[in-house]
This record gives sequence, C-alpha cells and structure tokens, in this order.
Amino acid sequence: MSAVIQRGGVLTPWLVAAAVVIVLPYIFSSGSSLTMMSLMGFAIVFALSYNMLLGQTGMLSFGHAVYYGLGGFMTAHALNVIGAGKWPIPLPLLPLVGGLAGLSFAILFGWVSTKRAGTAFSMISLGIGELVAACSLILRGFFGGEGGISTSRTSTLRLFGINFGPQIQVYYLIAAWCLLCMAAMYAFTRTPLGRMCNAVRDNPERAEFVGYSTQMVRFIAFCVSGFFAGVAGGLAAIHYEIVTASVVGAGPSGSVLLMAYIGGISFFIGPVIGAVLMTALQISLSDYTGAWMLYVGLMFVLVVMFAPAGLGGLLLMHRPLLAAGTWRRVLPAYALALVPASLLFVGGVLLVETSHHLLVKASEGSAMRVLWIPYDAKSPAAWAGILALLGAGLLALKHIGPKVADAFHGARLEATSKLSAP
Amino acid sequence: MSAAALQLVDLHKRFGVTPIIRGVNLDVKQGERHAIIGPNGAGKSTLFHLVSGRFPVTSGQVLLKGESITGLAPFQINRRGLARSFQVTNIFPRLSVFENIRCGVLWSLGYRYAFWRLVERARDARERTNFILEQINLTARRDVPAGVLSYAEQRALEIGITIAGGADVIMLDEPTAGMSRSETEHAVALIKRVTEGKTLIIVEHDMSVVFGLADRISVLVYGQVIATDTPPGIRANAAVQEAYLGAPAAQAEHG
Repeated sequence: MSAVIQRGGVLTPWLVAAAVVIVLPYIFSSGSSLTMMSLMGFAIVFALSYNMLLGQTGMLSFGHAVYYGLGGFMTAHALNVIGAGKWPIPLPLLPLVGGLAGLSFAILFGWVSTKRAGTAFSMISLGIGELVAACSLILRGFFGGEGGISTSRTSTLRLFGINFGPQIQVYYLIAAWCLLCMAAMYAFTRTPLGRMCNAVRDNPERAEFVGYSTQMVRFIAFCVSGFFAGVAGGLAAIHYEIVTASVVGAGPSGSVLLMAYIGGISFFIGPVIGAVLMTALQISLSDYTGAWMLYVGLMFVLVVMFAPAGLGGLLLMHRPLLAAGTWRRVLPAYALALVPASLLFVGGVLLVETSHHLLVKASEGSAMRVLWIPYDAKSPAAWAGILALLGAGLLALKHIGPKVADAFHGARLEATSKLSAP
Repeated sequence: MSAAALQLVDLHKRFGVTPIIRGVNLDVKQGERHAIIGPNGAGKSTLFHLVSGRFPVTSGQVLLKGESITGLAPFQINRRGLARSFQVTNIFPRLSVFENIRCGVLWSLGYRYAFWRLVERARDARERTNFILEQINLTARRDVPAGVLSYAEQRALEIGITIAGGADVIMLDEPTAGMSRSETEHAVALIKRVTEGKTLIIVEHDMSVVFGLADRISVLVYGQVIATDTPPGIRANAAVQEAYLGAPAAQAEHG
C-alpha cells in the first residue's frame, strides 16, 4: 500500500485538491456559497486537529474549542494592534498568531490534562473548557464581554494591492491555509511520533515497554493539535472580523466532536468529510427548518449505532470493490435500498417538522407547510400518513436490509479473492 | 563478566496486606538463559512486573547491569536495555505487523518523539524491522493488521516487539502458553535464535521447554526463591521435588 502511494506520487492527491480549491469559486460564485466554502475551510482544519487527539492518539477531548477560541481572540487582538500601530505585517501571516496562541495554551493546559489518559483526560478537558468559558464572561478586557472583540482585516499591510476586503480574497487565504495545514497534519501521521500516537491509542501499556512515555506522546500530540486548532480559530476571526465568548464554550467543542465522528475518526479524510457536510447542513438546513440541530443529532446517533467508522468509513469500505471492479454487483441492491431509505427519510422529516410546528410554533396555529404542500398539523390524516410512511419504511428495511448486506459482502469476497490472486 | 545482568536484592511486594513477593534474592549472569518456574500463584508474573517497572516494589532493590532501576517507569527501564513480553498477548492490534515491530525499533534508533521527519524515510528503522520480521518468520504477513493474526503468530509478534529494540536483557513471560506441541517447538527454536548472545529470563510452565532451554533454573514458591541451580541440580533437589515437581496436581495441570 505505502509503496504504491510512494511510487504513484505523494503529490497527486494534493495537486488535485489544490486545483479543486482554486476552481470552486468559479463554479459556486454566489456570495453565500463563497461564505460557506470559507467556513468549510477552517472547519476542516479544526476537525482534523481534533482528530489528531481522538482518532490518532485515542484522546476524547470535550474542550477542544478552548484552543480554537483563544487562537481566534489572539488573532483579533493582534489584528487590532497591527492595524493601530501600522506595523508592516501582512494579513496572511496572522493565522500563525492564532496557531502560536493555541500552542501556548495547549502547553499550559495540556501539561496538566495529558498526565491522565482515558476518562480522566476527558473529564479534565471538560473542566478546562468550563473554566475558560467562565473566564470569558469575567475577563471582559480580553474577551470583550457580550459584544466580543471586533476587528478589521483590511487595515494590515497590503501586498500586491490585495486588501482582503472582498470575500473571494478571504476564501483564497483560508483555502491556502487549509491546504497547508491538511498537508502538515497528514505528514504528521507519517512521522515517528505520529506512528507512536497510534501505538499509544492501540495499547498504551505496550508503548511504555518499547521505550516511549505515553504521557509525553499524549502531551506533544496535544500541543500540535492545539496549534492547528488555533490556526483554525485565527482563520475564523479573519473571516468573521469578530470573536465572541461563545467560541471557547461547550458548543463548538461538541460540534467538532460531531464533525470528526460523523466523518469517521479512523481515516485521515474522515473529519474532512464531516466538516464539509456539517458546515453545509448547518447553513443550508438552518434556512429551512428550526429543528436542524435535531437532524444533526439524529445523524450522529445513527452513525454511532450503525456506521461506527463514520461516513468516510462507509465510502472507503468500497475501495476493494472499486479496485476489483465488482462494484457493479452491489448497484441493484443499493437502488433497492433507496425504497426504505426514502420512506424513512420522508416519514422522519415529516414527523420532526410536524412535531416541531406543534411544540415550538404553537402560537401560529396548526396550519403548516412542508415544501409548499400545506396541511394541518393536528389532522389525524397527516399523522396517519406519517406513521404509515415510517411503518412501511421499517418493514421494507427489514426485508431489503439483509439483501443489501449480502450483496456487499458477496462483492467484497469476490473482490478480495480477485485481488489476492495474481 | 563483572556485574550480574540482573540482580534482585531482598525484593518484597505486598498488595494491601497480602504479601506476594517475600524477599526474593536472585542473580542472573550476563549471557545466561535463566528460567523461573513455580506453581500457579507463586508470584512469577508479579516478579516480572516488579523488574520491568509495571508495579512499584514495596521494598528491596532491582539492579540492571549493576545500576539500580528500582522505582523507574517502564519506558526508562526499557531504554536502559531491558525488554519484556507478556503472558497475555500485548500487541498493537490495529497496526500492521510491520508497524508493530517498527514501534519497537524507533526509540532504540534515536527517533524519539520526532515529528519533523517522515518515518518512511527512516531507512535504518525499515531495515531493522525487516530483519526482525525475517527472524520471527512473519515477513509474509507484514501488511496484515496484527489483530487478525493467528494465536501462534501473535505470540511470535509478541517476541518480535520485545527483541526489536535490541535490548540485551530479555524477559519472556510464558511465551509458549496455549501452544500446540509443534508450535511450541517452533517457538523454542525462535527464542534460542533471537536471544543468541543476550541474557534471557523466562517464566515457563512447560517443563520440557524449561529443561531444554535454560542454563539455570530458579524455583519460586509462595513468593520466595527456594532453589537456583542447573537443570540437573534442580531435578535432583529434594526441596523442589517436594514443593513443586513432586506435586502430582501441579504436574497434571501444566504437563
């Protein structure tokens, strides 16, 4: 595997990624899609930095937004100082301030929290998260109180006449940093320390008996992860031009966990998928429904229960099928699976939306619409329809589900026998 | 040949009020193959844990090549040249066989906590890993996740990880436990091959393995060494026969 990658060119996937990133704004040129892609950029960096802990070193942190948020605050303060003093520092270097801030606080807090592994580490990370969130409301000078810290990205030294006013320029700044950080974090997984992180995740006891202090491995991984989280926070500060106290809180700490897990923590690409998907859902769903958080939560539960390797894991599962050409065999079964999937999806959405309307928007009366179809949220017919959809979906899943699994396993068996034969 | 490779001086270990190791004195000479035998519950594994730093000692001294390693952490003891295997297979299940061995190699070649160089470029680590894989006959399985290896293969990998760092004092905790006759023969040949020129301390229940492999044998009974001698000497020792070899229950259980 590794030999193939080496010979096939390590650079190819990165060149493709760079080309995609450059071309994307020409395809999705509207202001809102540029914003969304910018958000995806730093979400990817944040999620990957989180997975350095969770997926690679086996450390479940509940307070990773501390380093993201403090990186953001430091970047905003640095921008203000630079702007006021007319220092000759160009904007593209500013995320580095965020990174160094993240690194510094990771050294400080990590020195304490990485003394323990497992549940104790998680609890300490939660405590530190709460501590910093509490401080953010007390230290108004640094965190700016409820209004947060505002800044302006256009007041720094201009290079080549680029002032980073237009969103497209910010997009390219974020994209460049995102690619750089992705490459650096990928390279990290292939260093001696990166491999020992995996060893510590798999079996900390044995790692101690091959000469490695698991505490030191955890500590360094934590610091590196804090650095990249800080860079992500710096990019966010540059994008929004404001940082508020909520970024260090439990909200972002939880959502980065969801991103990484839904995407898949066992694969480098997993958190990237999770970050892109979650950002897209967050922005597009919140336009359509007030219950979007519920959908994200449901998706998380479904992934944890039925696809613990994440969506990335589901995709990568098909790699041998693609390599051996047996993927066509699963297509009919997958097409069949669309039946229960769409029944359950439509039924589920109607259930959530109707309940949401009755419970949250009760004052607006029971008349509502989903996709321009008006109906009465209290009518027995509507509820009968929802239950029928869900029931039919479950019934269909019971019949079709095993067939889909059989088709996949058959195709994979054939693929492995094909691939192992010369 | 001045200092002993490993020296235990009046070693004690209590769990709460329960004494498990009750004053063990033991000298293991440089380059010898030393077996520790004894009935179940005698404290053999505990003794290994004390020497390798997994458990803190209650009192007494552990000297490695004349220097005290009492109270050091496992990784510090490992860096001083003592490596051990485990009775229950203790590998990195999700890493490939190759990476399992390489994890054992990295520190000894000076890679430490490096995150500024790529591990694939580490040619000496790769060559050493391939050499170990060759020695433990797992070259053909190098890219398989260690968790899916057969039991005997995992035991071989366990030994491979232990010797990978080039430690000159090797401690193996029941390396042939649960193996068939032919697997045991392979394992013994492997142990002889990879510990050539090193000091070996082995806990083993299989008497044919012990008497075929060891230069000297120590008998541990209820937390104390009751005899240390050559295999013929141990066979002839009346106290040992009474306490251990002569006990029909122990024979039946481990034979």
